[in-house]
This record gives sequence, C-alpha cells and structure tokens, in this order.
Amino acid sequence: MNLTLRIWRQQSSEEEGAMVTYRVEDISPDMSFLEMLDVLNEELILAGDEPVAFDHDCREGICGACGMVINGQAHGPERTTTCQLHMRHFKDGDTVDVEPWRAAAFPVVKDLVVDRTAFDRVIQAGGYISVPTGSAPEAHATAVPKEAADFAFEHAECIGCGACVAACPNGSAMLFTSAKVNHLNVLPQGQPERETRVLDMVAAMDDQGFGGCTNTGECATACPKGIPLPSIAAMNREYLRALRKEKSRSKG
Amino acid sequence: MAGTGVIMLLFLVAHMLGNLKIFFGAEEFNGYAAWLRTIGEPALHNSWYLYIQRTGLVVAVVLHGVAAYQLSKRDIRARPAKYEHKRQRASYATRTMRWGGVILGLYIVWHILDLTTLTVNPLGKEHHPYENIVADFRIWWVNVVYIVAMLALGLHIRHGFWSAAQTLGAVNKRRDRALKITANVLAASLTAGFLVVPVAVMTGLVD
Ligand code: FES
Repeated sequence: MNLTLRIWRQQSSEEEGAMVTYRVEDISPDMSFLEMLDVLNEELILAGDEPVAFDHDCREGICGACGMVINGQAHGPERTTTCQLHMRHFKDGDTVDVEPWRAAAFPVVKDLVVDRTAFDRVIQAGGYISVPTGSAPEAHATAVPKEAADFAFEHAECIGCGACVAACPNGSAMLFTSAKVNHLNVLPQGQPERETRVLDMVAAMDDQGFGGCTNTGECATACPKGIPLPSIAAMNREYLRALRKEKSRSKG
Repeated sequence: MAGTGVIMLLFLVAHMLGNLKIFFGAEEFNGYAAWLRTIGEPALHNSWYLYIQRTGLVVAVVLHGVAAYQLSKRDIRARPAKYEHKRQRASYATRTMRWGGVILGLYIVWHILDLTTLTVNPLGKEHHPYENIVADFRIWWVNVVYIVAMLALGLHIRHGFWSAAQTLGAVNKRRDRALKITANVLAASLTAGFLVVPVAVMTGLVD
C-alpha cells in the first residue's frame, strides 16, 4: 500500500517545528506502524536526509516508549501501542498525520520524541514499597485477597506510555497516577506508605505542570492497557481518606 | 467544583418541585411562596431562613465559578500546543461545561432580577409570584431565554453529576453505570420539570 505521511519535524526543543509531508510506497499491511516508519527512515538516510526521531524499545507493547499521536489519536486508531499497531488498519492512499505527545509536562526533544521525565518524578514521589533487603521473601508469606490481587494487577498493567496525558484535552496525568497509586495502595505490602503515597504522588503530579481532571474520559479511551476511568475515582477516594487520616493524626 | 455543585443541585431539585405547585392555581402557589418566608419561625424572624439560604447559594455559585476559572486556567496552561490533526472529543455535555456554565451564570443573574427583585419583570407585583410568572411567559423571548437556559442546565447536570461522583470517589466499576443513568435521569427530569411551566403558560393551561 502507498501512503502520504504528514509528520511533525522539530530539530530541538528550542526550535520551531512543522508538519512535513512524505510518501511511502509498497508498505505491507502486516508491518507495524514503527516498521513503516523504519522504511521511511531508510529512504531518508539513503537520500541524505535526517531520519525521523521516534522513541521505541521493546516493540512488543510492554515498555511504553513508542508514544505518538496518529490521526489525532494517541497510539492511533486501535487500542494498543504504536509498535503493536499494524498497517492493515489503514487504507491504501490514506494520508496519516503523526505528531508527538502534546503537554506542557512533556516537552518535545526532537521530532516525535518527548521528555517523559515528569512521570519518573511522580513515581519517585511514592511509587515504591519499603522492604528489608536480603534474601527474597517467601512468596506466600503475605496472603493477598483475590479481589485485591486482581485490582492491583489491573493497575500494574500501566506501562507509563503517556497516552492518557496526550489524549486529555487538559494534559492531565490523573489516570497514570491513579494506576500507580491503586496498584500499591490495595496490596498489604503497600500499607505502610498508603497515605503518604497518594498525597506525595498527587503533589508531584501537580508540581510537574500536568492539568486538572475534568472527567472527559479521553484518557481511559486512549489507554492501550485499558486502565478504566473509575480508577481516578478510586485514587480520589484514597486521597480524601489520607487527608482525613492526616488531620486526625495532627490533632494527636 | 463537586461540593458546590452538589449543594446547587439539591436546591434545584427542591426549586423544581416547588415550581410544580403552579398547577394548583394562584392561591396555592402564592401561599406556598409566602410559606417559604416562614421557614424557621419562630426561632428565626420572617424571611431570615430565606436570606440564609440565598447567601449560601450565592457563595456556592461564586466559589463554583472561581474554581472553574482556576481549573480552566491550569488546564489551558498544561496543553499549550494544539494537535494539527483535529478530532471531535468527548460528548457534547462534556465539551460545553465551560461555556454552558457561563450561560447559566448569566441566566441566574437575569432570573434573580426577573423573579426575585422583580426589576425586569413585565408585571413586577410583589408577593404575587404566580401572576409575575404568567406575565413572563406570555412574552416569546422570555420563553426562548428560559428554554435555552434549561437545556443548558440539563447538559451541565448530565456531565456534572457523574463528574462530582467521580471527584468525591463515589464511582467504582460496579456503580459506574447506575451513576451515569442517575445523572441522565436527574438532568432530564430537572429540565422537563422546569420546562413544563412556560409550556403550560404558552398553551394556556396556566393563566
Ligand atoms: S516499543 Fe515498547 S511498547 Fe511500543
């Protein structure tokens, strides 16, 4: 199949960018979107042009590196990561727009590559549990109720790709932060930091310049891992609970 | 946003139900309006409760507006560059929260000038709310303003109610559907409940 691509090209965070039009030909419908970009880049390199910079790593949908907005949708028309998106979802002769994630907290580094350090800051603020070092603990030493395990697994699926922020008209990171908070807060291993985790991670999220949530639901629609919108309510519940606890603690 | 929204919503339910008394005639409706002034007596002086409630509601409206302004400012700052490829996002109710809210704010000002202070009411007869309302809805553009505002209200509540439940942490996967249905039912019945009054005047059912 032959496609017209309009791709955001930007030399660096300081320079202005613009959409540039390219043609690619003889694309196999079995290629992934990234493989299609590889084909384009090979041609660009042969022609002596600068290849399009994009992030990628695992190419199997688990690392979350390959974020880009395709035809206005984070990771394109299918609910999956860009590396797992196949060209069969496009038609011969289509024009495809490819842009980087857009959010104040995710500045463009080059072309389609954005800096997602802001997510790391949120994780650093509370996305951990405290365990004694030494030999690995016995796996069944701590019993986890089935419901809690399921809930934790559902949220542990978040790969931190940033599609939620990219899709949100407010550039909000509530879905990401809620996935991380819920994952650990529901587990027995996460209890010692249960209150500080949600308070600190939300504070870090606000610090990084993410927008506020207006419940548009765009994030959950875009999430390749299917983190549902009520997860944000679950985090709000944790947050309100932590505030109450803090208050009663400070009262002594 | 959620807290002040819920306060206003509770008031609107009572307001809508109270309005329906208009179908029992002028005497009963005006009597109901007069009774509102006696709430809290004899502990409170006549009309005191009404003024306490009005103050509370004005504070809620103002705080709701201020919070919306702050949130919007923050949200616009968080997304400085727009996407080149435009796409329709979210539902109509969700997308119209901001401007719909502004319309409702303006409407509230007019509504108070019309039926509370009677400044712009075509009849403006004190202690005769029934007659004032009938005089209002005999004018076509008053009906238009009212109908547009009530449709905006319905949309605002449709997104707002569920949104407040989400903010306050009341939503979970099991309850999600029920809450969305409740939001729709609330929005539809409030809009319908408010709109039957002008429709009744227009059709001559109430005069
Ligand atoms: S490259 Fe790892 S998720 Fe796409």
